[in-house]
Amino acid sequence: MCGTCGCGDGDVRIGGHAHQHGRAREIALEIDIMAKNDAYAAANRQRFAEGGILALNLVSSPGSGKTSLLVKTIEMLKGTLPVYVVEGDQQTSHDADRIRETGASAIQINTGKGCHLDAHMVGHAVADLNPARGAALFIENVGNLVCPAGFDLGEAHKVVVLSVTEGEDKPLKYPDMFAAADLALINKADLLPHLQVDMALIAANALKINPGIEIIQISALTGTGMAEWLDWIGSAHARVGSAKHVETAAE
Amino acid sequence: MHEMSLCENIREILEKQARADGFARVNKVWLEVGPLSCIEPEALRFGFDVVMRGSLAEGAALDIASSHATARCLACGHVATVQRRYEACPDCKAPGLQVTSGDELKIKKLEVV
Ligand SMILES: Nc1nc2c(ncn2[C@@H]2O[C@H](COP(=O)(O)OP(=O)(O)OP(=O)(O)O)[C@@H](O)[C@H]2O)c(=O)[nH]1
Ligand SMILES: [Mg+2]
Ligand SMILES: [Zn+2]
Ligand SMILES: [Zn+2]
Ligand SMILES: [Zn+2]
Repeated sequence: MCGTCGCGDGDVRIGGHAHQHGRAREIALEIDIMAKNDAYAAANRQRFAEGGILALNLVSSPGSGKTSLLVKTIEMLKGTLPVYVVEGDQQTSHDADRIRETGASAIQINTGKGCHLDAHMVGHAVADLNPARGAALFIENVGNLVCPAGFDLGEAHKVVVLSVTEGEDKPLKYPDMFAAADLALINKADLLPHLQVDMALIAANALKINPGIEIIQISALTGTGMAEWLDWIGSAHARVGSAKHVETAAE
Repeated sequence: MHEMSLCENIREILEKQARADGFARVNKVWLEVGPLSCIEPEALRFGFDVVMRGSLAEGAALDIASSHATARCLACGHVATVQRRYEACPDCKAPGLQVTSGDELKIKKLEVV
């Protein structure tokens, strides 16, 4: 074995020429480490655009009510547009099972130790689900207010769910997530009478991080705010459709 | 939190670069990390050592430079260097500077043999 670099005898032949135990050299680069994820995300985004599919990436800390909101949303969307769900959790298929009970197609991704979904996993899940043209695709990310912010999955929008019991300062403590989201659903609003929570302060903190974020106060339990959320989905879905229209008109 | 998987990306990039540039060992890796990139340098260092074990970059040194984040004031157009997302404009004091760069994560240089 070579004492300079530890390679085995004669096992390194790169580009047809023998490996040289020369001096160390420097190579200047400009390589984006996230490029691989971004390439998969771009492929997903193209698939969604071609299929007129609205893809939403739901992010939150564990237990804020993402699955409960999805179950309610699917019930209310019934008969209006086809709905598909990708469920991300470290373990179990509980959430996908809850979604399937509504009749919607769902795929569970178990990330094991992984703390976020990436665009490659989602690409495979979407290929398996094979969503119909014009569908809505909800991607429920792993419960984690940190890293899912950094991974583009090819979605049209990130939607952050924050429940009223988590504290008014969460947007300030987890600014990346609130900066990345276009909509914040402030869930479990039915609990407000029992708590001393300043809703206006939650909103102000979210707007401080992201002046463009939209905010809807909602309850998956009682249905408060669901109509507003469905309207938001409707507008977002219409934008996907019209973007497709413009493309085909230009062809 | 996902520094391990980022290190796996780095290892893949190094292996690909080794084939393209004809080197067998990496002695040192220079990274540039934006202050808004969600990356914790200490966690990255730890993950790097673990993930590079048994690879062409086993035991390689890691240099992590923090780049600047820039932001633009929507009120007065001032462009400022920032460390966080929600700073107020240093010029006109308006809140909510619009961040324009600072979440990058790049390999800038390698020392190879
Ligand atoms: N009071 C009240 N409870 C709710 C509401 N939405 C969800 N919950 C409860 O909150 C708990 C967690 O809800 P889930 O829907 O599983 O939350 P999740 O975000 O999908 O959780 P993970 O996928 O594990 O991160 C359950 O006990 C729900 O019944 C709501 O609007 N009001
Ligand atoms: Mg869930
Ligand atoms: Zn694959
Ligand atoms: Zn992660
Ligand atoms: Zn200003």
